[in-house]
Amino acid sequence: MTQAETEKKWLSGNEAVARGAWEAGVTVAAGYPGTPSTEILENLSKYDKVYCEWAPNEKVALEVALGASFAGARVLATMKHVGVNVAADPLFTASYTGGRGGLVIITADDPEMHSSQNEQDNRNYAFAAKLPMLEPSDPAEVIPMLAEAFALSEKFDTPVFFRTTTRVAHVKGLVDTGTRKNGPVELKIEKMPAKFVMLPGNARVRRQAIAERQIKLVDFAEHYSANRIEWGDKKRGIITGGISYLYVKEAFPEISILKLGLTWPLPEKMIRDFAAGVDELIIVEELDPFLETHIKAMGIKCRGKEMIPAMGELNSFIVKKSLGGDIADVFPPVELPPRPPNMCAGCPHRGLFYSLSKFKVFISGDIGCYTLGFLPPLSAMDSCVCMGASIGVAHGLTKALGEDSQGKTVAVIGDSTFIHSGITGLVNTVYNKGFSTIIILDNRITAMTGHQQNPASGATLMGEPAHVINFTELSHAAGVKHVTTVNPHHINECRKVIKEELERPETSVIISQAPCVLLPSERKRKKIPLTTDLDKCTGCSACVKLGCPAIRWYPLSHEEAEKMGKKEKQKGYAQIAVEMCVGCGQCLEVCKFEAISPLEDN
Amino acid sequence: METKGNILFCGVGGQGILLASEITAFALLESGMDAKKSEVHGMAQRGGSVVAHLRYGKKVYSPLIEPGSADFAISFEIMEAARYLPFLHKGSKVIVNTQQIAPPAVALGKMAYPENLLDELSNKGVTVFAMDAFALAREVGEIRTANIALVGALSSFLPIAEEVFITVLKKRIPRKLEENLQAFQQGRQITAGAA
Repeated sequence: MTQAETEKKWLSGNEAVARGAWEAGVTVAAGYPGTPSTEILENLSKYDKVYCEWAPNEKVALEVALGASFAGARVLATMKHVGVNVAADPLFTASYTGGRGGLVIITADDPEMHSSQNEQDNRNYAFAAKLPMLEPSDPAEVIPMLAEAFALSEKFDTPVFFRTTTRVAHVKGLVDTGTRKNGPVELKIEKMPAKFVMLPGNARVRRQAIAERQIKLVDFAEHYSANRIEWGDKKRGIITGGISYLYVKEAFPEISILKLGLTWPLPEKMIRDFAAGVDELIIVEELDPFLETHIKAMGIKCRGKEMIPAMGELNSFIVKKSLGGDIADVFPPVELPPRPPNMCAGCPHRGLFYSLSKFKVFISGDIGCYTLGFLPPLSAMDSCVCMGASIGVAHGLTKALGEDSQGKTVAVIGDSTFIHSGITGLVNTVYNKGFSTIIILDNRITAMTGHQQNPASGATLMGEPAHVINFTELSHAAGVKHVTTVNPHHINECRKVIKEELERPETSVIISQAPCVLLPSERKRKKIPLTTDLDKCTGCSACVKLGCPAIRWYPLSHEEAEKMGKKEKQKGYAQIAVEMCVGCGQCLEVCKFEAISPLEDN
Repeated sequence: METKGNILFCGVGGQGILLASEITAFALLESGMDAKKSEVHGMAQRGGSVVAHLRYGKKVYSPLIEPGSADFAISFEIMEAARYLPFLHKGSKVIVNTQQIAPPAVALGKMAYPENLLDELSNKGVTVFAMDAFALAREVGEIRTANIALVGALSSFLPIAEEVFITVLKKRIPRKLEENLQAFQQGRQITAGAA
């Protein structure tokens, strides 16, 4: 990657964060993949003189980052909004310890839940953990703001939150790039027990330090250039920050704006001055009434969520509409079949879910591509809550239902998710004498977020070969006696194994192992697509029920069926789109009429 | 020509939508304009409906196109063009690849693929340019140039000199350049008369 020149580049918010971290002299970075944060470490790992790693989860990532900060490094931790929940334990105490080198935590929030299970507003974490939070509005603001974040972290001895949202992280724009500067702190082991050892006696002293830090940060906020007033029409003044600022500028270019780059803590004096300068004060923010609540607590009169929606993404249209601006006439939507995402043609998860869908069991699911097993026609998922929840949820069902639930609960979890936070659930199920069947979907990669390496994939983020965790041995060590590995493409065998394992009156593990079809090695592998012999197809629709995007159902009228030489009552036929088929063989296994065969044989 | 505008790119995950939007963005930037582009990654990419917003002008604030204000749309699939109708207005120009990809409900035989969708768009006052970008791509000898053919069709309406697009294609598409240039030119010819 070109690194020396100072120039304008076309970068996404995530690419700008990577660039900004590099320019700020970051030497260590850790994170766990999660949309919309993933591309930050993927990009940062390509720069010189930065060590980057995928940790097994966000808690470990933040702990690694904290250690590197203790050693004096400037360090970046990256995660999506829900990842901060996982990292919350070290987070709240890292606020007490601070570090030595600058520590910046990226929280990439996902309003509208484009690729998430909830849309929590992580500005609340800044308040709760008493940490400063910076929020850029677009990629161009990222680099200078990130430089400030590292300086703040060192100056005020605090981890610093840097919050993006989907429309900052995945927006591309022109960005001024600069050169790399080294961090100011010497790298060494320095023992600072009063600051790093959070026993009650030390922690009480640090609690006081946080209170003093907060006062200094408010003073900083009053003078920080990214908190600025843009005076315009003074009938209405708007306080905003992050992406919402751009929606306000777009909707009302002439209005007076107080733009907050530092959204916690708040510059009270600046807010009072602004409020005094306008007739009416309005707060425009996405998701929670965070600024509004704290500004109202200052005793300042303002309006916000009574007009601006507190759910979903905003945009300039919503801002205009909410505040009585002129909006265009909009065509009503056309009624169309929905187009949800689907597992790829040849996805190994499909075979497992197809097999599983034949059993009357509660399937507690987890987070990954395989969550799509919920959708029809597979409809093989009954719950999905958070990373790793599948195993605990299945166990909880059995404890509530007792012996009757023997053979009725299955937890389904991906390889990376199992490592992230499923292992403890497995240990718990064995320890507390549960009898759920736990299926680990091992496709050799973290797939949903776009193929990140993990402890089961055999490589690191830096591209080095790595130890491959052995799920069988790990399960045995946890006390699971029966661990069976199956190939999910072999549906009949899969069904047999699932049946056997469900019958066991103890915890058992099935490892469903086959590589993701999108892995480069799989893409390169020569594949023989399958084809349908329409003469033999009886329209039983067994293959259609796989939900494979390469298989389509064509309905037939009585006349058309007869014309094709079919029985009059045959309602249609299924055909494989050869150009999409990767020859995984799942449909071949489920077809009882030998209507499907490899193309080469024809 | 207007030196500000909004272009919506839509289709089905995996069709080369992001590259098409990227090439168009580079051509706008090369012409000295400001631009912002918004994409959604992650779950939607698995065969779902995909959309990218590209806005350009002297200075662009919001990265999102407002409903009723997309001046242009490139749709890689017929039904997806109709799905984003609320983003269009009466003067919108829409370039549609005539491919039909059955969404799950259609592939399963639960619903039919809707008919006459493009007429429905035309009836609203939207100008529709339908083209079989895959046939065109096959003709130039490289099926993966379909997205560039669509960009070619769009290019007729943008305030960007043809040479700028060619420079960008040369810079950004190192493989099968000749085929891509041809696809671009042929796509451009389809709309040349209407610009």
